[in-house]
Amino acid sequence: MEEIIHQELESQEYFINMGPQHPSTHGVLRLVLSLDGEIIRKVEPHIGFIHRSIEKMCEHDSYQQIVHLTDRMDYLSCHINNEAVCLAVEMGLQLEVPDRVKVIRTIIGELTRLSSHQLWWGVMGMDLGAITSFLYGFRDREMITDIFEETCGARLTMNYNVPGGLMFDIHPNFQRRTKEFITHFKKKLPEYDALLTNNVIFRERTVGIGILSKEDAISYGVTGPAARASGFSCDVREHHPYSYYPKVQFKEVLRTEGDCFARYQCRIDEMWESLSIIEQLIDNIPEGPYKAPTKAVIKLPKGEFYQRVETARGEFGVYIISEGQKNPYRLKFRSPGFSNLSALDHMARGSKIADLVAIMSTLDLVIPDIDR
Amino acid sequence: MKALYDFSILTQSIHMWLSDRYTPAAVTIIEMVLVGVAFMILFAILGLVLVYAERKVSAVIQQRMGPTRVGKWGTAQTLADVIKLVLKEPIINKEADKFLFNLAPFIIMIAAFMAIAALPFAKGLQALDFDIGILYVIAVSSLGVIGILLAGWSSNNKYSLIGAMRSGAQIISYELSVALSLLTIVVLTGSLQLSTIIESQADGWWIFKGHIPAWIAFLIFLIASTAETNRGPFDLAEAESELTAGFHTEYSGLKFAFFFLAEFANMFIVCAIGATVFLGGWMPFHIGHWEGFNAVMDFIPPIIWFLVKVSFMIFLMMWFRWTFPRLRIDQLLTLEWKYLLPINLFNILLMALVALMGWHF
Repeated sequence: MEEIIHQELESQEYFINMGPQHPSTHGVLRLVLSLDGEIIRKVEPHIGFIHRSIEKMCEHDSYQQIVHLTDRMDYLSCHINNEAVCLAVEMGLQLEVPDRVKVIRTIIGELTRLSSHQLWWGVMGMDLGAITSFLYGFRDREMITDIFEETCGARLTMNYNVPGGLMFDIHPNFQRRTKEFITHFKKKLPEYDALLTNNVIFRERTVGIGILSKEDAISYGVTGPAARASGFSCDVREHHPYSYYPKVQFKEVLRTEGDCFARYQCRIDEMWESLSIIEQLIDNIPEGPYKAPTKAVIKLPKGEFYQRVETARGEFGVYIISEGQKNPYRLKFRSPGFSNLSALDHMARGSKIADLVAIMSTLDLVIPDIDR
Repeated sequence: MKALYDFSILTQSIHMWLSDRYTPAAVTIIEMVLVGVAFMILFAILGLVLVYAERKVSAVIQQRMGPTRVGKWGTAQTLADVIKLVLKEPIINKEADKFLFNLAPFIIMIAAFMAIAALPFAKGLQALDFDIGILYVIAVSSLGVIGILLAGWSSNNKYSLIGAMRSGAQIISYELSVALSLLTIVVLTGSLQLSTIIESQADGWWIFKGHIPAWIAFLIFLIASTAETNRGPFDLAEAESELTAGFHTEYSGLKFAFFFLAEFANMFIVCAIGATVFLGGWMPFHIGHWEGFNAVMDFIPPIIWFLVKVSFMIFLMMWFRWTFPRLRIDQLLTLEWKYLLPINLFNILLMALVALMGWHF
């Protein structure tokens, strides 16, 4: 009898549609939650609201044009996405790009990572109810977007990379302004700790919440800071270095707890690492051309090319199959957001609605990156 | 000395003037209408001033400008928002329980009105001076939760319902702490009447006279009253990142404005009670035997003293809201039942001991 009652109660789940329009899904992601009171029994992500079939579009575009489409996926690490396509094409052409290009790409890549993490930090605070952090994050991000604007005219979707190098040389002010930013941000990063990291309520909300073990992180294909917080060493910059990363000193941020706070702390520490990488390079930009000479129509030789890079969210891969034409026969992107989202159900089961928001923030999802 | 600004002279003269001309029944009705109109005007002013203050305080904390366009320094921004809200179409959910849906904002407003009536703004400036003043205010201000529960239930929205249930659990729990922390001071005053409590602080405010127990009570009152008004970091009922807007998700236009106004009015009420019980209400600040200093302090009207103290407490609450993250529902209840309540009960015993031994000033 008791069993029947129990079953009856179990089956009465409270369904909630979180999204497609919801303040904390950060885009058009729809989560169907099965609730037991406030406790989450199941999370079912429904994606595809902004699917633009970018991969199919790429089959009809030249390699220079493909670069522009990658901006529209993970718009917060656009430069790094661009770089992945450029590196894949350069690999196919067996083109050696000048050192100047490599250094500038690395610096701007790290600036992109910083600006992405700043935005994430602000949004993370806002999801947990500390609205002030949002404004703090954007205040410092503004300086980076200003640098980008001066360098290439765009603030968000930059398209600064082209196969073979950069679209044009850096602005004369670039080094000075970047150094100004570093001195400014080194003073401001401890403020982030004062406002959120060391706050008792913030710790209560994040420590021990949404634990992802190392094994689960690997089996779900989670990458980036979310996986490194679980102790999975997966930094592409470290394991498969590209651009100028082999020649700079940095350490891969690893933590073992795998909870929301570890993921948070991982990104904060990555900001310090990014600052140190930029500091090493900013005074040592070698002279030389900003672009290796390429033909106007790039035709990759017949074959398959795969290039992976580390975006702010994790491992981003470009897989090109070429038939020797001016556009790829087939192209596939491996986006970090998609795999990271797949672990959400596993992490959120048994926690409260408020925890789901914290877990989603620490996964740092960008929806266009998932939907492509 | 205190007769310098005694509002009872003014109110008495109005009463006499009316009594000369009308029958006693008519006088009562006229006076009730006058008081009602006065409180409505007060509510409107409170809404305008507090919303503007919240915007500017949050702007300072967040390193931005706040409203600057409408009026001088953006002072007319709230007025513009009110006009916008009034002109908006009141949308009612098709499946909503229309009667309860329309009733809910009014219940919240009525609760706020009833509570504000008992507040002593200055000597003689108090609509209702019950001998159970504090008890009345606590009882009435918790009626608002019925409005929140009705709003959540009648909206026929799952988010609203979760928000309302959270709010119910929260307010019922934190009422205990508010009441107990106030009772700690009542142990010293021996009276529940608000005017008597203020009179007892003529030679010093309870927060100074009551030693450590008074400080503990004040801190608990500050935390619990923030929770009771559903403001951050305890704004779980309308946690916008989890429940979009919680219990008032489905409300628009003027009804939403009512909820919004009631939140600020409630904030004013709890701060006023705190200022009355702990910070001496409209009593000026005196230091021992500095006669000159005390005379200058007496010269400042009591209503100014009252408003300054209330503004100070309101600023504290705004400061919390704009710097702290939000608690989770189980952490919120843990904080109340496992920490605040036992500390509070122990604190009352401590205060009783202090009162018994005569250790307070």
